[in-house]
Amino acid sequence: MNNYELMVIFTPVLSEEDFKGAQKKYEDFIAENGGSTVHSNPWGLKSLAYPIQKKTTGIYWVLEFTGAAEIIEKLKIQLLRDEQVMRHMVTRLDKYAVEYNHTKRNGGFAVTQKAEA
Amino acid sequence: MAKNEIKYLTAIKQEKPKKKFCRFKKYGIKYVDYKDIEFLKKFLNEQGKMLPRRLSGNSLKYQRKVSDAVKKARQMSLLPYVTDLMK
Repeated sequence: MNNYELMVIFTPVLSEEDFKGAQKKYEDFIAENGGSTVHSNPWGLKSLAYPIQKKTTGIYWVLEFTGAAEIIEKLKIQLLRDEQVMRHMVTRLDKYAVEYNHTKRNGGFAVTQKAEA
Repeated sequence: MAKNEIKYLTAIKQEKPKKKFCRFKKYGIKYVDYKDIEFLKKFLNEQGKMLPRRLSGNSLKYQRKVSDAVKKARQMSLLPYVTDLMK
């Protein structure tokens, strides 16, 4: 079992329900394959640093989860097939990263996290 | 010539330049988060390029981690690849 972090940029045309539905879809997919969600953090609509697929905004979603390495390949196929997903990235978290995310969630380091939106 | 007037053959240095340090080692930061763009911007110049170690003072280990984080942030459109006047 490893710790992973998934970041997805959905198209900005998505409605609130669609966004929630898509989140649930991937969380369920991970749960079905023997993984478990640690924390889900929808950032919401954000402007992009450069246009992707001729769009200047995107809906960000960050999911931290644990699971076996085999999930990732399956998950990637699902994400690439999905037309609502503009871009995605899976990062493997080491022990320091897990610790960092944990402290950040519990309101640690108020100084550096000020500008985080 | 006045007695208390001192002359030097070579000019003495006025101030020592401040010693650079690796802020990761000093403050015990173990993980560089690619999502925290305000922090990563400290290591970028106005064009969005990374500052060299010569200027940032990072140790090699953490310079590499910062560079990985910046590249991830660029992929996810959190930071631009090319720009003018970022700050």
